[in-house]
Amino acid sequence: MARVLMKGTEAIAEAAIQAGCNYFFGYPITPQNEIPEYMSAKLPKIGGAYVQAESEVAAINMVMGGGSTGTKIMTTSSSPGISLMSEGISYIAGCEIPAVIVNVMRGGPGLGGILPSQADYFQATKGGGNGDYRLLVLAPSTLQEAVEITQMAFDLALKYRNPVMILADGFMGQMMEAVEIREHVSGEIPPRESWALGCMGERGGKRSILKSLYLNPEDLEQHNIKLQKKYREMEKEVRFEAYLCEDAEILLSAFGTTARIARSAINNLRNEGIKVGMLRPITLFPFPSRKLAELASGTKHVLVVEMNMGQMVEDVEAAVCGKAKVSFFGHAGGIAPSVREIEDRIRAIL
Amino acid sequence: MKEIKIYERPKAWAKGVHTHYCPGCGHGITHRLICEIIDELGIQNDTIGTAPVGCAALMYDYIDVDFCEAAHGRAPALATGIKRTRPDKIVFTYQGDGDLASIGTAEIIHVANRGEKLTTIFINNAIYGMTGGQMAPTTLIGQKATTCPFGRDPQLAGYPMRMCELLATLETPGFITRVSVARPKYIIEAKKAIKQAFQNQIEGKGYSFVEVLSNCPTNWGMTPVQAFEWTESTMIPHYPLGVFKNFE
Repeated sequence: MARVLMKGTEAIAEAAIQAGCNYFFGYPITPQNEIPEYMSAKLPKIGGAYVQAESEVAAINMVMGGGSTGTKIMTTSSSPGISLMSEGISYIAGCEIPAVIVNVMRGGPGLGGILPSQADYFQATKGGGNGDYRLLVLAPSTLQEAVEITQMAFDLALKYRNPVMILADGFMGQMMEAVEIREHVSGEIPPRESWALGCMGERGGKRSILKSLYLNPEDLEQHNIKLQKKYREMEKEVRFEAYLCEDAEILLSAFGTTARIARSAINNLRNEGIKVGMLRPITLFPFPSRKLAELASGTKHVLVVEMNMGQMVEDVEAAVCGKAKVSFFGHAGGIAPSVREIEDRIRAIL
Repeated sequence: MKEIKIYERPKAWAKGVHTHYCPGCGHGITHRLICEIIDELGIQNDTIGTAPVGCAALMYDYIDVDFCEAAHGRAPALATGIKRTRPDKIVFTYQGDGDLASIGTAEIIHVANRGEKLTTIFINNAIYGMTGGQMAPTTLIGQKATTCPFGRDPQLAGYPMRMCELLATLETPGFITRVSVARPKYIIEAKKAIKQAFQNQIEGKGYSFVEVLSNCPTNWGMTPVQAFEWTESTMIPHYPLGVFKNFE
C-alpha cells in the first residue's frame, strides 16, 4: 500500500486489519467512533466479525472471550469508556489473555469533555482495575508510528499473553497524516494450541482453564509472583526516542501529541543556540527509567510537559531520583500546551 | 433384547473429584446433567464453558472441558467473544440469579437479543448462595434473606423477576424454557431441555436459555428434604415450568 492521507482513527483500524485482527468488539464514544465504524464496514467482508456491545463493560468481556481463543482481538474507546472496561482489563490481565485496547483519551474526570487529553496516564500505567497487574502501554506520536505500534501491539499481546494498551489522544485520533500501512506478519508467538480455549482435541483431550481465581492464599501469591516476573521480562520492550539529547543542558520529557509540540519548541530554541533535547517515552509501561536517569545525570533540569495536571512527571521524578531538578508544565480540559508556552518555560529555567 | 443401563460417572466429569456443594444443592445435579449430555452428544473436546461468580465459580474443577472464568454477570459477553471467534465450538454459560438477573441484566438481555448461538443454563435458587444468603432479584415475596430479614417487601424491593417471561418478549431468542431439579420427574424433564439447548447450538440455531429452579437448603434455613418440598410448593407456583419459546 502506498502512502495515503488518513485520519488517525482510520489508520489505526486499517493497521489492525493488516496485522490480522479480524474481530472487533466496541461501544460508541467520542472521539474514536471512526474505528468501530470502519471495522463494522470491513470485518464482515473478510470473514471476521464486528459486534456492537451493549456497553463498554460488555465490550471488554467480549474482547476477553475472543482473546481466550488465541485470536487477535481489539477494542477501542475513550476515557470514560476505559473506566468502565477496567474491571474486565483486570480479569484479562489476571487470566493472562492477549488483547489490544486503544484509548483515544479525552478530558476528565467524570464525563469531562470530548477534547484531547493525556489525563489517563495513571489509569493506563498504574492500573484502573483491582489487583497487582500491569498493561504494556504504548504511546504513538505520529500516525505512522500509531500504525506500527498498533501492528506490534498484537504480537506483544500474544507473546506475553497480556493486555496491551495504546494510549492515543483526541488529536492523534482526529488529525490526518500521510501513512503507509503494510500487511503485517507476526513474528514468533506461542501457538494457540499451547494454551488457548478451543484446542482440547489438538491437545489430545487435555483442557485449558483460564482463570484468576485462586482461593488458597499461597496459590494466589504464586500467581502474582509469576505475573510480576512476566512484567519484569517486559522491560526488554522499552522503547523511547532520544531527540537532540547528546549535549542537552535542559531535557524535556513528553509523550504522544505533546511530544510533537515540544519538538517544535526544541527546534526553535536550538536555532537560538539553547541546548535543549527531549526523551520521548514510547512505552509508558515499561517506562524508560534507566535511559532517563542516564540522560538526567548530564543535565541541570528536566521539564515534563503533559496534557494533564501532572502524571508522567511522577515516573520521571522517580527515575531522575534527584540527579537533576524536575519541573512540570501542562494544561488540562482539552487545551494543548503551545510551542510558545514551552519555549517560555525553558527560557525561564535558563 | 433386554437393555442394560449402567449408572456410572459421566466421562465429562473430572476424575476423582467431589463437589464442594452443600447437601441438597441443585448445582451438583445440574452439573451432572450437563456432563451426561456432553457425553451423549460426544462434544467433550469441542465444548467451552464459562464459569460464573457465585457458588459454581469452581465448576471447572468438576466438568472436564475447556473453561474461562467470567466476571460477575459478564458471562454472556465473554461467551459472545468465544463463540464469535470459534463458531465451530459449543459454548455455554452457567449463571446464578444474582449473576444473571441482577448484575448481569444488560448482558443477558443483549446476548438473547443478538441471538448469539450459545446455550445458557440459569440456576435460580431465589437467593445469593456464596455470599451467604442475601436477597436476590428472584427472592420471593415474604421470603427471608440476610438483607431482607423481615421477608421481601414488594413496596421496597419490587417483585421477583421472571427471567424466562422477560426474555420471551424479545423476538430474537430461539429456545426459552424453565425446568426444576426438585424431584426425579422434573430432573428427567430438565435433562431433555438442557440437551435440546445444546442440540440447538450444534445445529447452528439461535440462542437457547434454560432456567433451572434449584435449591439452597443452607441459605433457606431448611433441610434438603424441606428445600425440595419448598421448591415445589412455593417456587414453582411463582415460576411456572414450561417452554416459553421454541423457534416459533
